[in-house]
Amino acid sequence: MTATKKKLVLIGNGMAGVRAIEHLLKLSPESYDITIFGAEPHPNYNRIMLSSVLAGGADMQEIIINDWSWYIENNITLHTGHKITNIDTERKKVTSHLGIEAAYDALIIATGSNPFMLPLPGADKEGVIAFRDIHDCEVMMDTAKKYKKAVVIGGGLLGLEAARGLLHLGMEVNVVHIHSYLMERQLDEAASKMLQRELEAQGMQFLLKKSTAAIKGKRRASGLAFTDGTEVDGDLVVMAVGIRPNIELARAAGIDVNRGIVIDDFMRTSLPDIYAVGECAEHRGIAYGLVAPLYEQGAVLAKLLAGVETAGYTGSVTSTKLKVSGVDVFSAGRFGDSPGTRSLKLQDDLAGTYKKIVIQDGKLVGAVLFGDTSDGAELFASIKKGESVAGREKEILLGISSELLGQSSGSSRLEAMAEDEIICGCNGVSKGTIADAITNKGYNTVSSIKSCTKASASCGGCKPLVEGLLNLYSGDSIGEPVKEGICGCTTLNRDEIVEGITKMRLMSTNEVMNVLGWHNPEGCTKCRPALNYYLGMLYPEEYVDEKESRITNERYHANIQKDGTFSVVPRIYGGVTSPADLKKIAEVAEKFEVPMVKFTGGQRLDLLGVKKEDLPKIWAELDMPSGHAYGKTLRTVKTCVGNTFCRFGTQDSIGMGIRMEKAFERLNAPAKVKLAVSGCPRNCAESTIKDLGVIAIDGGWELHVGGNGGIKVRATELLTIVKTEDEVMEWSSSFLQLYREQAQWNERTAQWIERVGLDYVKKALEKQEDRLALTARIEKTLSLTTDPWKQIIQTDELRKNFEQLSGAQPAQI
Amino acid sequence: MTTKLLVANLSDIDVLGSRTIKIQNTEIAVFRLTDGSVLAVENKCPHKGGVLSEGMVCGTAVHCPLHDWKIDLRSGRAQEPDEGCVTTFETEIDRESGSIYVTI
Repeated sequence: MTATKKKLVLIGNGMAGVRAIEHLLKLSPESYDITIFGAEPHPNYNRIMLSSVLAGGADMQEIIINDWSWYIENNITLHTGHKITNIDTERKKVTSHLGIEAAYDALIIATGSNPFMLPLPGADKEGVIAFRDIHDCEVMMDTAKKYKKAVVIGGGLLGLEAARGLLHLGMEVNVVHIHSYLMERQLDEAASKMLQRELEAQGMQFLLKKSTAAIKGKRRASGLAFTDGTEVDGDLVVMAVGIRPNIELARAAGIDVNRGIVIDDFMRTSLPDIYAVGECAEHRGIAYGLVAPLYEQGAVLAKLLAGVETAGYTGSVTSTKLKVSGVDVFSAGRFGDSPGTRSLKLQDDLAGTYKKIVIQDGKLVGAVLFGDTSDGAELFASIKKGESVAGREKEILLGISSELLGQSSGSSRLEAMAEDEIICGCNGVSKGTIADAITNKGYNTVSSIKSCTKASASCGGCKPLVEGLLNLYSGDSIGEPVKEGICGCTTLNRDEIVEGITKMRLMSTNEVMNVLGWHNPEGCTKCRPALNYYLGMLYPEEYVDEKESRITNERYHANIQKDGTFSVVPRIYGGVTSPADLKKIAEVAEKFEVPMVKFTGGQRLDLLGVKKEDLPKIWAELDMPSGHAYGKTLRTVKTCVGNTFCRFGTQDSIGMGIRMEKAFERLNAPAKVKLAVSGCPRNCAESTIKDLGVIAIDGGWELHVGGNGGIKVRATELLTIVKTEDEVMEWSSSFLQLYREQAQWNERTAQWIERVGLDYVKKALEKQEDRLALTARIEKTLSLTTDPWKQIIQTDELRKNFEQLSGAQPAQI
Repeated sequence: MTTKLLVANLSDIDVLGSRTIKIQNTEIAVFRLTDGSVLAVENKCPHKGGVLSEGMVCGTAVHCPLHDWKIDLRSGRAQEPDEGCVTTFETEIDRESGSIYVTI
């Protein structure tokens, strides 16, 4: 099998190239033997975060994207500290400066860029460095311990970040810039001047419109001499005037280069089987230096290499959203004033904010924001869409109204929200608490915020708001989203866990947690029930359900109430009962002095306030099956009267509903499952907000799926229309089994379908043979279930857990 | 003054399970962990009084069935950010007979 694997070599262990590899591994983990060469002696790290390392916001370990073990786990051969010196395009192999050779079937060049070093007299002196890699950062930190004065050449983003870092390290910093204002590529003059004022207040000094003539000093640099005859002192000179695509290797190999390595829309260079991505590449005349375009390129390349159909890369419209020394700035599109454009500006020197929008032919073509960048995403979206904003320019300037852009302006709404407004209704967590966790305690993922504040820990309905706040407050400290596992005990997601279980035939929750490396050896209330479900779903015959890994309600087969009592809901198929059953329920309620008897929303009766000790006795006296009103399983099948009595009814909805409830009762599922059958399109059983809703039409049945009436209302989508009741059963069975096999634990059909899309479901159920295979599996599973109430009544060992211990005695002796 | 009471036998309690006993108006939940040890706490979550005996046991902690507070059975303390503490009781097991003693 190894023999059939193709060899893929990546030159450059940086963000763009490795991101493409990560993507490829996801799409097609087995198709390539991968070798990576990196000139730096480090694993793949986040270069953008270097300034945070200097500024003290992160340490070196935190900016590692993929650590050494990632390469091992993915069978990647990694040569760090190896610079590739030759590409032999004839014999298809590369050679490193230390003599290592690697043959390739496909070669990716991702050599990034080099800092542009001004060819000044004295540029070779000690103490003259760039700001590009970990090594440069280390030199800065060492220098700061011995010397006091630093000069940064370059008032662009890179230069300012270097200056901020040096300031943080305790040095006195002068920033030299050739232009009349800072960051001219990202900001207009007004915003730039505001930024300069802010940075000066922090202690940075600026020398603008200065052109460096030479670097002074003997062996070590001691300052700069400018063309106008003036000078400045400095023991450390950092050149941050720009970057140049690193193309020497490609040029030497005979690959077409311009400013960068020339690539087409599929990242192909001029030579076969050689690709280029990232800062070294030039696409349609542009060599990008920002992360987002590089990642877009990487995604296209990964798909191409994996043999997945993909549209080509057509270039990126970029926006810049930055935090410079704690100040938010944003720009996008063509924000400079040029012939044919008109601009609107709003400057508030009191609040320290500035906003400029640039209009051409009635469309928004560019924007600059300073101080408050919350509108950035909306402005950028509008620029990309190229929609007309004629007549609304002022409203956009004064704050984009959501109605105008036809989408909700989430971040500004969150920003405007009062500190004490509750975000998580279940746990009473306010916006202020979450903001505090992010800004002061440094939590930067939804899961860490969840464990710290409990926001989104219960129903999860507020998760989008928490994410919004995270984006709002974390600014640039939010790097790559941390991979989140199903709970805090693991970094694995559902699919990885299920794959691990199947591959290694793991047979108990303990085994799974051990083999798959759980951090908490006994798991938690999130993962243990999930594992118990996955194991039962995968091995319906062999797996022994672990009651200790089920949540309370499923262990006691009743719903625990706030006072520790339970509720009992017997099964009433299709909501149809009889005088005899009603009498029995009434008698039991009286005998056990049940405090409340209530109709549920699912057409049955709920006996509330039952003591735990009484549960088995009540079940025995009722002598009715469990209604499973407490579990992640089939709850009810709601029905309307249908043609049995109703003058509009077209089909026997009650009969159909009862048949479905009898077929699917006791079914373990990822989450609760609610069904309904309506006898006509008037839909009195509310089928369109159920997980699976059936609506009778004249001569057939419509099957609707993925509805929800709970946390987030979602209407169903039409899956199919069938003619007979048997077909209803076949489609329902296969749909439910598909959901059981594919959804994450605790994921309702609504969320699942939102995630995978209805088309996926339709396609999976399209062929009858597939439907029958799914149906056979669900029937097998169902055939192995028994009524839990009866089982407990009949088994002493199970029943003991409902009783108190018999009584304490003084210890002998 | 403390009293040592014989409350149950190991076989009365499932592994990762719990049984309760009422002593002088205090309901005590006795848990049996995977490592064979037995721990006892007052059966009342410091949050809203949930019955801890019905919760899921993970390691040395129990998760309250009402709002998933995680209570350490050794110290009785709730895991942060929640704050609160339940009374813990000393336990002892006679390995030969399996008798479980709780000191109150």
